Amino acid sequence: MMSFAPLSSEPRSQVDDPSSLVMRFGADEPLMMDSGVALSPWQIAYQTYGTLNADKSNAVLICHALTGDQHVANDNPVTGKPGWWLTMVGPGKPVDTDRFFVICANVIGGCMGTTGPASINPATGEPYALDFPVVTIRDMVRAQAALIDKLGIESLFCVVGGSMGGMQVLQWAVSYSNRVFSALPIATAARHSAQNIAFHEVGRQAVMADPEWRSGRYLVEGTRPSKGLAVARMGAHITYLSEMALHRKFGRNFQDRSAPTFSFDADFQIESYLRYQGIAFVERFDANSYLYVTRAMDYFDIAAEHGGSLAKAFKGSATRFCVISFTSDWLFPTSDSRAIVHALNAAAASVGFVEVESDKGHDAFLLEEPEMFAAARGFIDAAARVRGIA
Amino acid sequence: MNLPATLPLTDSETGHRLDFLMVADMVEPGSRVLDIGCGDGSLLAILRDRRQVDGRGIEISREGVNACLAKGLPVIQGDADTDLADYPDDAFDYVILSQTIQATRQPKVVLEHLLRIGRRAIVSFPNFGHWRVRFDLGFRGRMPMTENLPYSWYDTPNIHFCTIRDFVELCREVGAQMEKAVALNAGGQPIRVTLPWWVWNLLGDQGVFLLKRR
Repeated sequence: MMSFAPLSSEPRSQVDDPSSLVMRFGADEPLMMDSGVALSPWQIAYQTYGTLNADKSNAVLICHALTGDQHVANDNPVTGKPGWWLTMVGPGKPVDTDRFFVICANVIGGCMGTTGPASINPATGEPYALDFPVVTIRDMVRAQAALIDKLGIESLFCVVGGSMGGMQVLQWAVSYSNRVFSALPIATAARHSAQNIAFHEVGRQAVMADPEWRSGRYLVEGTRPSKGLAVARMGAHITYLSEMALHRKFGRNFQDRSAPTFSFDADFQIESYLRYQGIAFVERFDANSYLYVTRAMDYFDIAAEHGGSLAKAFKGSATRFCVISFTSDWLFPTSDSRAIVHALNAAAASVGFVEVESDKGHDAFLLEEPEMFAAARGFIDAAARVRGIA
Repeated sequence: MNLPATLPLTDSETGHRLDFLMVADMVEPGSRVLDIGCGDGSLLAILRDRRQVDGRGIEISREGVNACLAKGLPVIQGDADTDLADYPDDAFDYVILSQTIQATRQPKVVLEHLLRIGRRAIVSFPNFGHWRVRFDLGFRGRMPMTENLPYSWYDTPNIHFCTIRDFVELCREVGAQMEKAVALNAGGQPIRVTLPWWVWNLLGDQGVFLLKRR
């Protein structure tokens, strides 16, 4: 395990020189993007855990969600907080780092060491900002595949991820069907819904309405659209929770007072909580990255790239799938997961599916959910037996 | 997990349920099978291990689905009453409904889906025409509770009981051809096929039918 650089209050320090492994691709190895742009040079930041076995059959790729990063199972060098999926990934966990070689990479368009809008554009010597090509989920997966190639891994034992990570899992299974032995998409969809695109647009408009955004050139002009980004995060955060979870956690309780102040201070606990979430987020995330990565999710529609038929996308797939959804997730409701399952069934693919009872909303996939762990563990262990991984 | 609709009778040697072994015998090796209401996946595991079947399952309970996933069986959580409409025609060689039809809301619709989705359907169910059931109703005036029908009337998952004769009539109505029909006695043994229908209906503890669309 590598040692991490000291914490920095400047998020950009992670952009080109992250506290993790980095794979660099030169001018001769451009990333061919859906927008038609050949991006070069480019780099992808990643972490690995565990050991690759002799026949390279035990590699598991973890795909992170919208604002996640490669630090899935180690302390995050920027926030100092534990890895974002320690419940799922680690020794003895469902994704067992004692048995599997686990890889987690930051997505293209991100800001934690993988090339994105905050990276330096070699043509200008300045950050790309809005000159960065628009990114798709397929671009993210293409970049991950390039990394997996460089690591000398022909076939992944399992690709796992939730939310946007789940979209990448599905894209992996479609784009590189013969390189994915098993796939575990959680709390996700085969296409982003109109409602979700609408939420994303509100977030992007909040960022762009911030006068400090400067048409995306804030890094050069020495400003930061922190308020816009914080508002975007506050709005998004609500969609990750369920009404039940909000009510249980905060209800209508006041923060540090017993009566309203008759002002627009954060009287309610939920207000303080959201403000805190917003502020904490701008510390670690780049505003333009937020625009690009939300856009990637919006464009995601696997059926559309297969003549409108989702089943066609999975036709002939030998990958073993396990789909998991949560009862209270209204951002990626169970009906989205069922659509995937029906398509996989129609395509005669091998698929298991379970809807986990939880009142925690979309965020449930990141939290302590024993039923999810049981399903994931059962699926992964059984697949490992078939693959002959001890 | 919901308890199985009836208490299973098991083979003393392998521990497998006798009715499962009977069903497994009806399935051509190497075929594609959908098991509806597959519970913890016991039948699918038998089919996989003994008949090299490419098996899929639908199960309503999370615990059942998790048990199946742990066995490496591709099983999805779902409801026979609502989910079968999504399956394309002729998707499977066999569709199995084992001890489940009496717990569905619309047995006739479910049976029609079975015949549409599978080239063949295998249906097993507890026979409500069994003499002990008739005895309980006819002489004791009580809803029957036997070893194989262990539920009180008020908490049973079984809402559409039928007799073997009733089921034969339903098959005629939906245009299903009976390729094989077996009645098992209370010990799980098949009743001699030479015996007339009314004997089956009286002595059969459960019926197992191999059906084909006409």
